[in-house]
Amino acid sequence: MQSHDVGIRDAVKTYGDFMAVAGITLDIKKGEFFTLLGPSGCGKTTLLRMIAGFNTIDKGTISFGDEVINDVPAHKRGIGMVFQNYAIFPHLSVFDNVAYGLKARRVPSRDIGPRVRNALEMVQIAELASRMPNELSGGQQQRVALARAFVIEPSVLLMDEPLSNLDAKLRVQMRTTIKKLQRRLGITTIYVTHDQEEALSISDRIAVMKDGLIMQVGEPTQIYKKPENAFVAGFIGVSNFLDCDITGQDPRQASLTVEGYTLYNIPLSRPYSGKGKIAARPEYLSLKDEGIKGRIELSTFLGDFIEYEILLESGQSIQLNEYTKDALAIKPDGLDVHVAMDAASIIIYGKDGEVLT
Amino acid sequence: MMKIPSLKKPRFDFWFFVKGIVILSMLFFLVYPFSTLITRSFFSKNTDGVTLENYATFFSKKYYLDALKNTLYISFLASFACLLVGAPMAYLMTRYNIFGKKIIYVCIILALMSPPFIGAYSWILLFGRAGFITRLFAGIGIKAPTIYGPGGIILVFTLHLFPYVYLYVAGALSSIDSSLEEAGENLGSSKLRRLFTVTLPVVMPSLLAGTVMVFMTSLADFGTPMLLGEGKTRVLSVLVYDAYMSEIGGNANMASTLSVIVVTCSLSILLLQKYYVARKNYAMTSLRPPKVVELKGWKRFLVTLPVALVALLGLLPQLTVVISSFIQTDFTGFIGGFTLDNYQKILSRLATNITNTYYFSAVAIVFIVIFGMLISYILVRKRGKIASIMDLLVMFPYVIPGSVLGVCLIVAFNRKPVVLTGTAAIMIISYVVRKLPYTVRSGSAFLYQMDVSVEEASISLGVSPMKTFFTVVARLMLPGVLSGAILSWITCINELSSSIMLYSGNTSTISVAIYQEVMRMSDGTAAALASILTLTTVASMLIFLRFSKGKTSVI
Repeated sequence: MQSHDVGIRDAVKTYGDFMAVAGITLDIKKGEFFTLLGPSGCGKTTLLRMIAGFNTIDKGTISFGDEVINDVPAHKRGIGMVFQNYAIFPHLSVFDNVAYGLKARRVPSRDIGPRVRNALEMVQIAELASRMPNELSGGQQQRVALARAFVIEPSVLLMDEPLSNLDAKLRVQMRTTIKKLQRRLGITTIYVTHDQEEALSISDRIAVMKDGLIMQVGEPTQIYKKPENAFVAGFIGVSNFLDCDITGQDPRQASLTVEGYTLYNIPLSRPYSGKGKIAARPEYLSLKDEGIKGRIELSTFLGDFIEYEILLESGQSIQLNEYTKDALAIKPDGLDVHVAMDAASIIIYGKDGEVLT
Repeated sequence: MMKIPSLKKPRFDFWFFVKGIVILSMLFFLVYPFSTLITRSFFSKNTDGVTLENYATFFSKKYYLDALKNTLYISFLASFACLLVGAPMAYLMTRYNIFGKKIIYVCIILALMSPPFIGAYSWILLFGRAGFITRLFAGIGIKAPTIYGPGGIILVFTLHLFPYVYLYVAGALSSIDSSLEEAGENLGSSKLRRLFTVTLPVVMPSLLAGTVMVFMTSLADFGTPMLLGEGKTRVLSVLVYDAYMSEIGGNANMASTLSVIVVTCSLSILLLQKYYVARKNYAMTSLRPPKVVELKGWKRFLVTLPVALVALLGLLPQLTVVISSFIQTDFTGFIGGFTLDNYQKILSRLATNITNTYYFSAVAIVFIVIFGMLISYILVRKRGKIASIMDLLVMFPYVIPGSVLGVCLIVAFNRKPVVLTGTAAIMIISYVVRKLPYTVRSGSAFLYQMDVSVEEASISLGVSPMKTFFTVVARLMLPGVLSGAILSWITCINELSSSIMLYSGNTSTISVAIYQEVMRMSDGTAAALASILTLTTVASMLIFLRFSKGKTSVI
């Protein structure tokens, strides 16, 4: 089957008074690996299940290519789906699990064998074909589920937190398998996760969701480096949020005062003066001769880098990371320090949370 | 510009039709008969129009009030006796290393599964007027205690029904987290005190559920009080039968009134228990199951003795019946000497009853399995208004005793437009209606723990919801449902209380024939027939135990 682009227009799903999906519009490109990322209860799984056809669409439309699929029942949508808890048919062997969708599509039996074996090879479990599901580990079961979903050459591949039941090491391994497979097959893939690291590493584009709405759509680097609002900045990675005063009638060279320390010549997207906030990631902060005054509360050596917890004079604590290769020595707890920040990498918000960078 | 599709419209899919068929069948075979019964109870042949005459008669005549008193007295005492026997047994079996635990368990299950009227009958064979033991005692000049009357009925009920209390309590006891009892120990309470202040309150809901099961079953049972009451100790279920028999050709008005009163009794007990359990529900997560105390030597023997004794006593009726079926008889009763005459007689004379029993039960089981799976699926996965109505209706037969269901079906289907009385169909319908709740309950329990995404996986792969139900859901449910069906099969072949109301000349069953043979003092053939049922029961039970591997509960 030809892979499709997916268009979502003002999609709404309500449960009583609760709006699980509160009007979402998205365009997912053909062959793209697209991730819905957000905390639990943000509506990402609900939206995925609307695309799959397991939830009805209360308002708006969802279309595959040119065809609106609102009224197409789930089994006729031509999707492939991978579930969080594998959902392997317990009464069928690995081979029969993968062959299940092909048989439903009335693929000639002489073609089923080669296609199943090919799919099993792609997920590296060809040798398990005759096993029953209860003889498989979680990771192996999820590989079966993956093979079962893509062997039917779906127009869209949907994955609902497929790695969250696996242990950390296996998760990283499977992540790579899924990514390579998707690149190779070029199937439009919509992936749901609450794990930001997973989302950043696997996706072509990410939609960050909160309360049934989309907070930001973009490539992983955009989302990480230029979060469009405080929620995204806080949800993706670790960010230190600090209050600041902005003086910027001339947006090309505004000045910014944070905790008594002033930075000059900061470019803003528009003129702004008054209270604001900055978000700075721990790795964009550094210990210099001048900067915001503070004291090291706790230093933790983590191999690649050293993590410092620094108490500022205002009483707020922030996190700062220093790469081990750049550090001369681990600075002791209780040391008075100055925290400097790289003006180009911080994000500045106005008092209503609007981005000024 | 894309066309905006219209919003929700009703779906005429597979489940829509299943819901329709199920609801219609329930209305026709359950609601309609029962409402006819209630209507009937307000009519009398003496007066025109609606009247309370029957109820007035019931509450004014000693004959009826005595029966009500007997019924409640016997059911209460039997429940209490089962509590006294079943609960300590459950405690001993779950907490100590009893000898032959598995065998004792099988004996207990068999006691429950064997038909109570065969139990009653074999106690007559032992302690009846011409019983083996009565005659043995008379030979040495001692008057053996009588088995007839309330005492005998209670004894038979107790030995037959204590497994209910046992099974419920044993289940609860083995799911208590041992840390709970240890906590009691740390707080310095003595063993006995702990039993009453920690263990007992926690198992109380189960204890009560088991006891209520005993109460409802003994309230509903017909065969035992009929055989052992001898017309002197009357209970309501027997009166329903008597009233119906005396009103044959009439409108069964008094039988209907009595039926309504019986159902009211069992319904109120059930609701009382539900109310109590709803208020006291302990959610238990058993992380560490309680330890089994390893006793040694004479102590272990001492603990085993009472448990084994009760289990054997529960099984005694079955042994008695089978042995006596091979003893020669004449019109005075058993005269000794080995023979196969009894079997020859029943095979030549009562072969139809035997084939009917297996045939009706087999057909009923097929319907029970199919409807049971479909209904439990609707209850669990297709929740909504229709499903909750269905839930209520399907569980209703729990409180309807067999003889009452018999009256219901008769008053509903003995006139046009639909005449079913005297047919095999009405026998099968009564079996299906009564046994369906059990299959629905075990099916629902399975579906609640089965992950929905397995179905969704099938649908996402292009298989329609209907086909998914048959190829995936039904396939996965089948082992559990089938082992439950074996239990229903056992109760169907042993069914007496509704069969005796509904049978006609050529739809009679083994249990009906046993009843008639006993009434005719034809002990030999009765014993042979009872043996056939007993052996089928034992064989089915063993298949069940092997098949279910302890995963399907017998209650």
